[in-house]
Amino acid sequence: MLKQTEGSKAVAEAIALCRPEVICAYPISPQTHIVEALGEMVKAGELTPCEFINVESEFAAMSVAIGSSAAGARSYTATASQGLLFMVEAVYNAAGLGLPIVMTVANRAIGAPINIWNDHSDSLSQRDSGWMQLFAETNQEAVDLHIQAFRLAEELSMPIMVCMDGFILTHAFERVDIPSQEQVDAYLPPFEPRQVLDPAEPISIGAMVGPEAFMEVKYLAHAKQMQALERIPQLADEFKQIFGRDSGGLIRTYHIEDAETVVIAMGSVLGTIKDVVDEMRAEGHKIGVLGIISFRPFPLELVRAALIKSRRFIVLEKSLAVGMGGIVATNVRMAVSGTGLKGFTAIAGLGGRAIPKSSLHKLFRQAEKEELEPVTFVDLDWDAVNKQLEREKQTRRSGPIAENILHDKGIVSAKFG
Amino acid sequence: MFQIRIHGRGGQGVVTATEMLSVAAFEEGRHAQAFPSFGSERTGAPVVAFCRIDDKEIRLREPIMEPDALIIQDPTLLHQIDVFAGLKPDGYVLLNTHHTFETIGLGDFVKERDHKRLCTLPATQLGLKHVGRPIPNVPLIAGFAALSDMIQLESVIKAINEKFSGKVAEGNIAAATEAYALVKEQMKEHSHA
Repeated sequence: MLKQTEGSKAVAEAIALCRPEVICAYPISPQTHIVEALGEMVKAGELTPCEFINVESEFAAMSVAIGSSAAGARSYTATASQGLLFMVEAVYNAAGLGLPIVMTVANRAIGAPINIWNDHSDSLSQRDSGWMQLFAETNQEAVDLHIQAFRLAEELSMPIMVCMDGFILTHAFERVDIPSQEQVDAYLPPFEPRQVLDPAEPISIGAMVGPEAFMEVKYLAHAKQMQALERIPQLADEFKQIFGRDSGGLIRTYHIEDAETVVIAMGSVLGTIKDVVDEMRAEGHKIGVLGIISFRPFPLELVRAALIKSRRFIVLEKSLAVGMGGIVATNVRMAVSGTGLKGFTAIAGLGGRAIPKSSLHKLFRQAEKEELEPVTFVDLDWDAVNKQLEREKQTRRSGPIAENILHDKGIVSAKFG
Repeated sequence: MFQIRIHGRGGQGVVTATEMLSVAAFEEGRHAQAFPSFGSERTGAPVVAFCRIDDKEIRLREPIMEPDALIIQDPTLLHQIDVFAGLKPDGYVLLNTHHTFETIGLGDFVKERDHKRLCTLPATQLGLKHVGRPIPNVPLIAGFAALSDMIQLESVIKAINEKFSGKVAEGNIAAATEAYALVKEQMKEHSHA
């Protein structure tokens, strides 16, 4: 049913349609509205059989999800930012044990400095954890990806993070088509676990594995993700047959056929980028877009094929590998190695900084002319940075950086934009 | 695309106002996107929220920096932040006050603008009168509907019924209906002036 609703509410409805049996929740912005809505549904008896477990921390949330998934229950949780970091040990365990948990990550920056706003630092920090990571461009896609995620996770017996931009998507009201229960049931069969903790047939899960078998177990996690590279497009096709729309897949291209310059990004900023590309195309610029939906597994071959006819690319990413540059960009460069394509990295939108069209117009024109440095920090306030660097040169006791920058900018409390 | 920015304070229903505007536009078959400024959500702190309305899918995710319309829920913000920043020259302004633009010191501002696009509305009083709470958001979006003709009062009422029920819904519908009539009345006076 088509409705105008909040992203978090829409995702909660999608999760409910997937018939989860255990939902573990610990609130953290900007994910909270999702589990709040699910909690209300369970309490009202609209979602049965399902146990909603309030836990004392994110570490407990993932640990409970591990336990319930190992007991054969379809298990769901959601988190963001510091919450994801707090559960990291259990995140790796969920993947290592091969448990098909689905988790929403409402992408948010990582402190310090503490910041509640959106960027992709949190889930990207878990890129090597063994979890798959799918990024939604719109709230419709967030809804659809969750339905596909349960199917894929359970088929491969591996966990998945569905990543949606915190606030920008989670708190946005927009048009979303919420599927019917019949459609979701037709697409998502009941959970048939590969391994179950059952008192009637006792087994152990989580053996200590020494050098004689550790690599094989780890390789199998990699092999599963390689299988996912095959399955994700097939599952998107099947999704289209039942739900009637294109959603998911590994990548999505836009005006790429004759593009000399290709902009690569993940998540909701793709919408803004497409608007800018339309405006530039109208002026004759040969520019296109490559959206990456599946960050893990990373579709190296498809990315290479999408870029091979272009002359250059620019990766616009909401993440920073400190001391290195871009995270997504490093993956993209791996995909095009040996092609001689010119690549640029643009770090943008960290900690919720707005990414306006005007900045993108300027950036993309510079990329076309190949006038950019290898790594560009979009809309960085160089005066503020240089002032702090100078202060550190002048004084040993230069004080806390975040407080100094806020003071220099005359900001008493955080603001958006 | 038509872009609306609402300024107010935490507790005045600023975010809810943009959400309801988007629902009203959706009820008319249009595409709409509402989102808050995600600031520190404290009662009394300045809050900004945004709403876009279009006849095609809205992909843009930047904050609204050049609004077609401004709704100002709290006139005391005028002394604190530049609420008019980026407002288009022919943009609409709806201000919650029982005074006139002139008596609250905006005489020079309104002189340079089209009077048919400017309006004040005692929205807090309407909220108190009909709902029993000094929340100006629903009267203001109904007033905006009347000022701009962007959406119908019926759609605002549908959005109210989706958000509230029972007595609260009834009170808000009464507040919206009176607000709509008050603004239409003011607009008529302007067009005769």
